[in-house]
Amino acid sequence: MAGKPKLHYFDGRGRMESIRWLLAAAGVEFEEKFVDTSDDLEKLRNDGSLMFQQVPMVEIDGMNLVQSRAILNYIAAKYNLYGKDIKERALIDMYTEGIADLNEMILLLPISPPDQKDAKITLIKDRTVNRYLPAFEKVLKSHGQDYLVGNTLSRADIQLIELLYSVEELDPSLLANFPLLKALKTRISNVPTVKKFLQPGSQRKPPVDEKLIEKARKIFKF
Amino acid sequence: MAGKPKLHYFDGRGRLDSILWLLAAAGVEFEEKFIETSKDLEKLRNDGSLMFQQVPMVEIDGMKLVQCRAILSYIAAKYNLYGKDIKERALIDMYVEGVADMNEMFIFLLITPPDEKGAKIAQIKEKAANRYFPAFEKVLKSHGQDYLVGNTLSRADIQLVELLYSVEELDPGILANFPLLKALKTRISNIPTVKKFLQPGSPRKPPMDEKCLLKVKEIFQL
Repeated sequence: MAGKPKLHYFDGRGRMESIRWLLAAAGVEFEEKFVDTSDDLEKLRNDGSLMFQQVPMVEIDGMNLVQSRAILNYIAAKYNLYGKDIKERALIDMYTEGIADLNEMILLLPISPPDQKDAKITLIKDRTVNRYLPAFEKVLKSHGQDYLVGNTLSRADIQLIELLYSVEELDPSLLANFPLLKALKTRISNVPTVKKFLQPGSQRKPPVDEKLIEKARKIFKF
Repeated sequence: MAGKPKLHYFDGRGRLDSILWLLAAAGVEFEEKFIETSKDLEKLRNDGSLMFQQVPMVEIDGMKLVQCRAILSYIAAKYNLYGKDIKERALIDMYVEGVADMNEMFIFLLITPPDEKGAKIAQIKEKAANRYFPAFEKVLKSHGQDYLVGNTLSRADIQLVELLYSVEELDPGILANFPLLKALKTRISNIPTVKKFLQPGSPRKPPMDEKCLLKVKEIFQL
């Protein structure tokens, strides 16, 4: 009766990619309706489907959900990837918010003014190796378990390795001094649903390129 | 056995404000340890208390929680201000994330150069009047109930009313076109715990002034 979730976004990573990762890891099949032009976005807005006139929007279980965190929280809770109680959820939230902060810097890098790009890259690398990766390595070291929270796979593990893959694309050497994170990345990548998502032909989107940025500029008028 | 929550931040609104409002609305007594100088911040960092070297940090129930959303979600869940099931939570999340997007504009206002402030304030007023307030007015109109979600007080009502107060400080007449939001603001403000928080002498912080801004710049080395 309930159809597959339907994802509305442009055909690129952006703010929808974490949602694709989480659905895929949870083994949930989903459809994508791509916003290809500013007219497509206008149409969604005029339909009244977008509460704040923005995408991502996911049609799921009778709701038109917007705001990536609202969408991620719902999926994580529905598919038992959100810890077993409110204290585990607090840890998961703390970790995923740190991940979101670093991810935001990486996400916005392609659209920064050219004269600021080098400084931004330097800042991202510094934050990665001096703030964020050490924090997560420390968590894994503190309990020696296979997953970040509660000795069980959660959205925190999925979202962290998504970030590690992005960091690696920026500069593979950044992961060099983080053995536990590297091991986590391998372990989670071998979870069958994740392994499938990492293979060619999946709904995972490639890194952004100039052509895609131009397309996004036209759609979102920035 | 569990002491009062202890909030670590500077003595101003910033990113702690929503947490103050929610704790106050939930009737939870708390302590505040103010960061007065960059040395205070250094000390917290060196203590290992700040997972990502940032504040706000809240000591609560044996945890040192950072990241506002993690803190807010924990408080909301603990004090039953987060809806009755995952679908209500999804709506609440969608609404509070919209509120957070508007709040972020206020945060950026703090570090906006004086010559650009006027334009930023105009942008805040425009977004409030044309995007966010209409969206929430529409929600209240759609079900005609006294609260945003599930006919019960939730964090969504508290966080929205907090935003209404903030925007009104910039634009006193703005609620004239939003009768249901105006009524919500009155209704929520009359809840005994909220009423108490709105009175002089409560932990509620005043709008940022120049003196406070200089202090913030020193603490965070901006």
